Amino acid sequence: MALTVVAAVVLLVILWEGYRWMGRQTDNRWPGTGIELPVSTDDIIMPPAADIVGELFSDIRDGRSTLPLSVFLLKKAWFTFQEASIGFFLGSSIGLALAVLMLRWRVAERGLLPWINVSQTVPLIALAPIVVTWGRQQDLPDIVSISLISTYLTFFPVAVSALRGLQSPDAAHVELMRSYAAPWSSTLVKLRLPAARPYLFPAFKIAATLSVVGAIVGEISIGTKTGLGRAILEFAQRYAVWPERLYASVIGAAFLGLAVFGLISLVERLVLRRTGEAAV
Amino acid sequence: MSADAARQADDAAAVIDGVAMVFNAGSAGEVAALTGIDLTIRAGEFVTLIGPSGCGKSTLLRLIGDLLTPTVGTVSVFGKSAHEARMDQDYGMVFQHAGLFDWRRVRANIELPLELRGWSRADRSARSAEMLDLVELDGFGDHYPRQLSGGMQQRVSIARALSFEPRLLLMDEPFGALDEMTREYMQGELLRIWGETDTTVVFVTHSISEAAFLSNRVVVLSPRPGRIHSVIDIDLGERTPDTREDPEFFAMATVIREALRSVGGTE
Repeated sequence: MALTVVAAVVLLVILWEGYRWMGRQTDNRWPGTGIELPVSTDDIIMPPAADIVGELFSDIRDGRSTLPLSVFLLKKAWFTFQEASIGFFLGSSIGLALAVLMLRWRVAERGLLPWINVSQTVPLIALAPIVVTWGRQQDLPDIVSISLISTYLTFFPVAVSALRGLQSPDAAHVELMRSYAAPWSSTLVKLRLPAARPYLFPAFKIAATLSVVGAIVGEISIGTKTGLGRAILEFAQRYAVWPERLYASVIGAAFLGLAVFGLISLVERLVLRRTGEAAV
Repeated sequence: MSADAARQADDAAAVIDGVAMVFNAGSAGEVAALTGIDLTIRAGEFVTLIGPSGCGKSTLLRLIGDLLTPTVGTVSVFGKSAHEARMDQDYGMVFQHAGLFDWRRVRANIELPLELRGWSRADRSARSAEMLDLVELDGFGDHYPRQLSGGMQQRVSIARALSFEPRLLLMDEPFGALDEMTREYMQGELLRIWGETDTTVVFVTHSISEAAFLSNRVVVLSPRPGRIHSVIDIDLGERTPDTREDPEFFAMATVIREALRSVGGTE
């Protein structure tokens, strides 16, 4: 995977710089036409890739000390990673529990599924202040509120995919367990959960990246002092004079997203190897 | 019940009494799958259900196995209701598709019903080794199902069904997906295994030669709604590969074929 990531980054830089070069040659028009390019190629909208990368190594003040931006972003990302992790595990557990509930009782499926779908149409921006205010009333640390916002995004893909996965075994397999007079719980553990794995892992990957998004949005709306979201907010306010810095922090956020995605892929590979899927 | 019938019921594996099965009763899609079924299967017998598609042979098998509940009539198995028999785990089932769990090794597949019965790890592995030997798959215990051929997978499925020594083995076209050579080989294996255990077998097929080769009795069903057309006793003595070329074998196959023709079967 590391090789694909490097190749993708190189390709992105080539496209970025190629587009900039083209814009300069044609005064921001498509070659041979009078049609304007969708994005202008000046140094504010699209700073040179080298400047963005260079920015990662420039110094920034963090409290009383001064350190390179990349290290600064790593420190911030570590906070965000912790919030996202809590959100991910909480959200995945809730999603799984909801799926099992809906599997067990048809009524629950009919009653819950529409609400689960509706839940994702509530804008996060509207939800965040409610969670934050509630959290402060309860004297909870900000990390709890941020994780809860992250949880809210995470549980959804897991609940929906897990339900499909748990319902996926062949009728013949279910009949087999019935013929053994296997109780519902054994059928769940020995048949339905293992059969759901091909549905669960893609959902976990989506949930992992969403948990980072949730944590960053949570940080921004809570106005906390830590985390990538805070850094992004600060740099965004100074974008007009210092665009490289915002781009650099976006790279940091993308990096964190990739890292959690990679982490889940690793777990998936370990689990599948243990059960032989990787053997053939 | 007369004294004679009572004695018969004593050594009966399954007694099907006045059974009818209607699917989707009362709705527009109502289908009468079976009607007026009376059948007694004796302990230790090998009984085959044969008939054209839609005759309800698989339905009848599922009624015996308590995977379906009859609309009318009763099914008793070893003197209990079919439901009690299922709860007592009297059944082994083998379906057309081996139905192995592909995330479990062959050994773990065979041990699945034993796990459900709470056997210890040592007992389970001893039994699965025994079963692998019985179906001649020693050395394949640590393979995954998809690494095996269709015939080998079906043997694992049979080993799984026999691992806990079920009193009644229900088989729904278990060899239907196999090629002719593998099928004949598997038939021989099944008879060998059946001879080595005291299991009663109810076997669904639509192959005439399979029915004639395997069975003590062949139950011919007619379709729409499914009912028993006739029950044919097969007496071919001990089966060997030569049985398949025996004139008596052909004679029995002809009897079955005639019966199927008269019920409008295509096979």
